[in-house]
Amino acid sequence: MCSYHGTIRVLVQVLWAHLLCGWAFGSELTFELPDNAKQCFYEDIIIGTKCTLEFQVVTGGHYDVDCRLEDTDGTVLYKEMKKQYDSFTFTAAKNGTYKFCFSNEFSTFTHKTVYFDFQVGEDPPLFPNENRVTALTQMESACVSIHEALKSVIDYQTHFRLREAQGRSRAEDLNTRVAFWSIGEAFILLVVSISQVVLLRSFFSDRKTTTTRVGS
Amino acid sequence: MMLAAPGPGIVVLFAWLSPSYALYFHIGETEKKCFIEEIPDETMVIGKYRTQLWDKQTGSFLPATPGLGMHVEIKDSDTKIILSRQYGSDGRFTFTSHTPGAHQICLHSNSTKMALFAGGKLRVHLDIQVGEHTNNYPEIAAKDKLTELQLRARQLLDQVEQIQKEQNYQQYREERFRMTSESTNQRVLWWSIAQTLILLTTGIWQMKHLKSFFEAKKLV
Repeated sequence: MCSYHGTIRVLVQVLWAHLLCGWAFGSELTFELPDNAKQCFYEDIIIGTKCTLEFQVVTGGHYDVDCRLEDTDGTVLYKEMKKQYDSFTFTAAKNGTYKFCFSNEFSTFTHKTVYFDFQVGEDPPLFPNENRVTALTQMESACVSIHEALKSVIDYQTHFRLREAQGRSRAEDLNTRVAFWSIGEAFILLVVSISQVVLLRSFFSDRKTTTTRVGS
Repeated sequence: MMLAAPGPGIVVLFAWLSPSYALYFHIGETEKKCFIEEIPDETMVIGKYRTQLWDKQTGSFLPATPGLGMHVEIKDSDTKIILSRQYGSDGRFTFTSHTPGAHQICLHSNSTKMALFAGGKLRVHLDIQVGEHTNNYPEIAAKDKLTELQLRARQLLDQVEQIQKEQNYQQYREERFRMTSESTNQRVLWWSIAQTLILLTTGIWQMKHLKSFFEAKKLV
């Protein structure tokens, strides 16, 4: 009888862990947004959950994008045009599907690469601590604070990586542009100087009788 | 104790039967959606997706559609294909990066039935986990029989390892950036000198040529 109780309790704990994993999520994606395109993402959120949407444009054009976040009824919670980077935190006031869209419709020929991080709720706990009545020991709370600190280190690393990718893409653009335009200009220089001489020669070669013009 | 257990158990069971991977988006029939993951080498990536087809009759998305497949193609930073496979309507793909860089994960539906039934709308639930997020800690604890403190230490070790890998990758990228900047610098320097020389040479050539031309024409 006791082992039966025990197994039921373990089963409930495991299933509860799955439930919690189902409701507390973080999605981090980088995708390409073609010109004149709009990409929308949807997520089902429970009332009272604290959510954060963070986005950054990694490559493309002037590194800006339009972002719009709507709740279940279509009420706009966040709307910004041509933003390079932003972070928005909100608490879900209604149950249902929340939608956020990134738009590159104002751009005619530049593809943009957009990174976003949508955190819903807290991270699931490491253990299904259903029976946690006692406080954490000092070691455990030290581990928890180190874990939180490392999470923020990883977050800063991600932002640094994105900024570095942006800088690097600009530098590579500059490099190809310098090469292309240098060769182009040298070529134009040669063509113009030779054609100047040829043109000047053509003014004088057919008219042998215009010597008086030069004299006056 | 016995009465309390089935209650949440049943609720939990229903939640578990239809797992939802957070975020979803809509995709057209032959549309290809690509996601980029910039990762250091030897990093594991696990992607899970679930597809739902739009049913015109009921005007909603069907819970599961057998026979609907998604083609997953993963390219590494050198555009070499490291995974190209067909999966069912619910799939899970895993890969470990062997070179650092931006890996591209592309998904597209292979089904031609969609246009007939669905009006071309497909809902894809996607979840991509990278690095230390791929570890399933309750499973590790059960397998290696770790105590709570040992499991927490293990989690911290995994996180620190991920940070270290990212730092190494950062070093490699910074070197590439520096090489690009130095190449630009060199190019600007040499091409400026070359253009000035071309300018001077063509100027001198023009003057000499025109002088001899005018002398020949007896104008000078």
